[in-house]
Amino acid sequence: MRDVAIVGVGMQKWGELWEKSFRDLFVEAALNAISDTKVPKIDHMYIGCMTGGLFVGQEHVGSIMADYLGQKHLAATRVESACASGGAALRCGFIEVASGMSDIVLVGGVEKMTDVSGDGATYALATAADQEYEVFHGATFPGLYALMARAYMERYGATRDQLSAVAVKNHDNGLNNPNAQYQMKLTVQQVNESVMVADPLRILDCSPITDGAAALILCPLSRAKEFSDKPPIKIIGCGMATDSIALHDRRDLTSLDAVRISAEQALKMAGKKIGDINVTEVHDCFTIAEIIVSEALGMFPAGKGALACVNGETRVEGKFPINASGGLKSKGHPVGATGVAQAIEIVHQLRGEAGKRQVKNAKIGMTQNMGGSGGSSVVHIMEVA
Amino acid sequence: MFPARVAREMPHRYRLEAAKCKKCGAVFFPHRLICRECGHREFDTINVSAIGKLISYTVIHTPASQFKDESPFALGICEFLEGVKITAQVVDIAAADIKTGMDLQIEFRRVQTDGHAGVIGYGYKFVPLI
Ligand SMILES: [Zn+2]
Repeated sequence: MRDVAIVGVGMQKWGELWEKSFRDLFVEAALNAISDTKVPKIDHMYIGCMTGGLFVGQEHVGSIMADYLGQKHLAATRVESACASGGAALRCGFIEVASGMSDIVLVGGVEKMTDVSGDGATYALATAADQEYEVFHGATFPGLYALMARAYMERYGATRDQLSAVAVKNHDNGLNNPNAQYQMKLTVQQVNESVMVADPLRILDCSPITDGAAALILCPLSRAKEFSDKPPIKIIGCGMATDSIALHDRRDLTSLDAVRISAEQALKMAGKKIGDINVTEVHDCFTIAEIIVSEALGMFPAGKGALACVNGETRVEGKFPINASGGLKSKGHPVGATGVAQAIEIVHQLRGEAGKRQVKNAKIGMTQNMGGSGGSSVVHIMEVA
Repeated sequence: MFPARVAREMPHRYRLEAAKCKKCGAVFFPHRLICRECGHREFDTINVSAIGKLISYTVIHTPASQFKDESPFALGICEFLEGVKITAQVVDIAAADIKTGMDLQIEFRRVQTDGHAGVIGYGYKFVPLI
């Protein structure tokens, strides 16, 4: 396998971008990524997109995006693994370059979520759960994570305030990210008193509905200097694992085995231990998700993740900085784009260009991108080459 | 929901049929073609027992559109003697009285009325023991 580097990144400020179409969102991010490099052409493109079909009635995403990006006849493939589509696309791009099949690969992710009503979005997102054995009975995504949250709180004695601390921390970080959808400070009390969505989860436990796209450029590490003057960011670990799509079919409601296994794979490939990782972006689609993921990654023992956040261990200046970007919670969660944007944040951190949210001396970073209620997980580890 | 889709699910939704692996004894609800634990492909059909233990629950306030009339409603996961876990609504009990660890009975109920073909989606819900 060849060494693979990220040489360019691009996105836009995320939000309810009513004036921007599905295709324009993607092309804007892709052009920003291309402009961050000196690449003369692209050999292949992978696009993470969960459900263009349900959100805007558009499938065949690879073709429409290649055309509108002005890349006539470019080989382009849409990749889907629910909310982990972006991470899965990055994995495909990594393999494409590592294998020698292509030299310059654009990996993007996009989701246009506000063209449908709230009900429409609930329906579209729920297709990432088991349609016949969860959704048929009324399960929603907040509902499934609420089942995990209650089980976790009752088993480990975690409190309402501890869940809220995750949202507060991520919004503090998001204040320093100009691309974040919700740059607003939150208090524990505000989260505790926000509208109930699925008991015990409230609206401010949930990541928002977002329009957005993200893109990055991969090339062989040996050619990185040709395409960028910035430090190349080498992908040193890549892991992916699945689990049962239905939450009830898992071994345990308070564990995420797909996250644990994907992280073990990536760490083994990188030859690193979790303690070597300086900065991490994880899939905080709900506050409880960040807590359980931090345990599944091996940062904290089972049942200790909630307290670790309260104690500041996951803040930018903590031992394991998590979601310096603001995470899905503050930055937004255009599902197909999220996994790619997580990698972009790590690139900014490792290049030392993350501004006020910069983690000091960040040399090695990690991303964890989750599909559904934990039915898939993709982990990447990167370091400054 | 098209009639074929409803008919296909009847053994599980109407009769709570599960599949027990003839080789390792693992039980799956609904049935599968290959055992997740040992890879064996032959199963006995068994019925999930009527009473399960609630291992977690939530009260959903922002449901999908077809459940709007029932909102808020409780949804739980019960674990059954055979080892299977099932997600369903918890009904005929006030949300405040629902407790993790309680025994619940599984009953045949109407789950949703579908708009497209007008097929009524019957299935199961959890109710308190009589
Ligand atoms: Zn078996």
